Amino acid sequence: MNISRRDLMAGAAGLAGATGLGLPAFAQEPEYKPEAGASLRLLRWAPFVKGDEDSWIANTKKFTEKTGVEVKIDKESWEDIRPKAAVAANVGSGPDIMLVWFDDAQQYPEKLMDLSPLGNYLGAKYGGWYPGVEGYARRDGKFIALPLAAIGNAILYRDSHVQAAGFKQFPKDTAGLLELCKAMKAKGTPAGFAHGKAVGDGNNYAHWLLWSHGGKMVDESSKVTINSPETIAALNYAKALYQTFIPGTESWLDINNNRAFLAGQISLTANGVSLYYSAKNDPKLADIAKDIRSVNFPIGPVGKPMELTQTTSCIVFKHTKFPLAAQAYLKFMYEADQMNAWLTGSSAYCCQPLRAFESNPVWTSDPVHAPYAKSSATLQPNGYAGPLGYASAAVMADYVVVDMFAEAVTGQRTPEEAAKRAEQRAMRYYRI
Amino acid sequence: MKANAPSLVASFGQARNGPGLLFMLPAAAFLLCFLAYPLGVGTWLGFTDTRIGRAGVFIGLENYQSLWNDSVFWLSVFNTILYTVAASALKFALGLWLALILNENLPLKSFFRAIVLLPWVVPTVLSAIAFWWIYDSQFSVISWVLMRLGLIDAPINFLGDATNARASVIAANVWRGIPFVAISLLAGLQTIPPSLQEAASLDGATSWQRFRHVTLPMLSPIIAVVMTFSVLFTFTDFQLIYVLTKGGPVNATHLMATLSFQRGIPGGQLGEGAAIAVAMTPFLLAAILFSFFGLQRRRWQQGGAD
Repeated sequence: MNISRRDLMAGAAGLAGATGLGLPAFAQEPEYKPEAGASLRLLRWAPFVKGDEDSWIANTKKFTEKTGVEVKIDKESWEDIRPKAAVAANVGSGPDIMLVWFDDAQQYPEKLMDLSPLGNYLGAKYGGWYPGVEGYARRDGKFIALPLAAIGNAILYRDSHVQAAGFKQFPKDTAGLLELCKAMKAKGTPAGFAHGKAVGDGNNYAHWLLWSHGGKMVDESSKVTINSPETIAALNYAKALYQTFIPGTESWLDINNNRAFLAGQISLTANGVSLYYSAKNDPKLADIAKDIRSVNFPIGPVGKPMELTQTTSCIVFKHTKFPLAAQAYLKFMYEADQMNAWLTGSSAYCCQPLRAFESNPVWTSDPVHAPYAKSSATLQPNGYAGPLGYASAAVMADYVVVDMFAEAVTGQRTPEEAAKRAEQRAMRYYRI
Repeated sequence: MKANAPSLVASFGQARNGPGLLFMLPAAAFLLCFLAYPLGVGTWLGFTDTRIGRAGVFIGLENYQSLWNDSVFWLSVFNTILYTVAASALKFALGLWLALILNENLPLKSFFRAIVLLPWVVPTVLSAIAFWWIYDSQFSVISWVLMRLGLIDAPINFLGDATNARASVIAANVWRGIPFVAISLLAGLQTIPPSLQEAASLDGATSWQRFRHVTLPMLSPIIAVVMTFSVLFTFTDFQLIYVLTKGGPVNATHLMATLSFQRGIPGGQLGEGAAIAVAMTPFLLAAILFSFFGLQRRRWQQGGAD
């Protein structure tokens, strides 16, 4: 057993991290003096909201003025981030800093710089990290990444159509949502949630369906538990809800619900706040924009909010030639002045990783923003309730949960068969 | 040894094949570096448990065993074969028909020949995005027209229903692939000496008989090459599916190529992705062998029966 030694050390590091938390010595302000002649390359996902990019660049410019360190920012379409980051980690060259998605950092922790001093310092200074986003960035007690944001997903609806369907208030639970959607369909203003291979919207919706009913892909020890009565209940609920949708949602990719909503074909869907801005920034859609309201996903039988929510983290590769400059840069970007400017610039698209930024004015500047402020607090990690890692990432990339719901709602399989098949598919990844 | 060296060089230079081999070196090096090596590495990856971000170890046939028990993989095999057979047959029939028409003396012949090439010229991703709109579940122009005409009362669920989705992606592939078949066959048709057709006419052959016993046999070597390429392109198609459905609904249009990508890159399992790609080779080899040995039979080309 040559693993035991590594396990032991990992355990020890975890212990040290846990006991160190809260001790003032651990949260000491780290000072990073950039190396002479340092310059950095950062690779990020192409922004969805222009203000996000503008404020990020403005913050970076301030950093360059302060320290003289040039930071070159490249961007890639968000789907290309995962392979690019993996290649950079493997090859040991390329960007110094990357903004990555979900459990990317957990795929190659040994290639990433330990950012614990910075992570502990920021956590202590700004009211603590939200456990959901922190989970993606920590391994064996160390910060292998800094959580950056949760990209919130909430229900957006046309207020007048909900009122017309006889609902003064948006329902708070899953049963109420079903009643509302039935009434809206009867009025000819149906709802629509993506059941196709929509990486963001499809996964968010499917995981909410599953988790809000108490279903889980795996338990705490990575045992596959998807084939459970709770999952069957979720599938039956999804089936009933699907009956109220506009036809064709099983073919929807990420953008389809935006198009259908803005064209007035559907009156209720779930999306990032970007959908609201598409309406708001288009003078022709002013009427729709005024009518849009937002709300968090209703609560299911488990009794608390359970959402997946996309998350993004900053990683620094060990291969960087300028580790101090990289950490100085991140420290600068996370300090209140810059972080607040960035959150404001992102106009509610990005939800803060640290609790102190809950008070950012962006969340109260527009009532539609409000539900997105809770994204970091309510999210559960991918592969809940098991650990993050290669299996959780692979199961999501293979659309196991999304497919299970699509099979059941379209009647291709009974809910029992769909759950069984999802179990078999998940077993392939969780077998080890 | 030392004494031998110059004489060896000299005899190599004087040998009949010596310089020939030398001149072939660049091409051989090119093939080895850019074709054989990647293929070899890909095959090797299929026998390892490499993941993105972690080098793998040799695990023998484990990837293939796991795929053998994976219903999604078998579904993708079925889809790929269906997609290839249906699309290739349609492309061949329609392409040949188009080639025969274009071979006649039409007014504005070169204009039509140029027009036919258009679908082939447009980048695949662009035409795929156009089809994505055509097949949209809410905004499809086809549904819109049919609804305006009063023929249907709800939009057609092009990409949501398994059968519809398969038919839709096959139709898009056929649209894109026809020009290649048509233009290549047209070139082949023009190499057939008119004297043969005339001789057959003088012997009293009907136009069907002339087609069956003169045109088709003369064309069959070209058909073999064109269809081999067409089958290979179709079998390995990726972009069209990826833009239109990403393999949905519920994997009904997942091809081996798209599944290989999904598992290998976003899923991070390079080993398994490579194994799926390697699993495509037997099918591709079978297709090549069939077209070469099946369609290039000498006797059939010479008008005889088997």
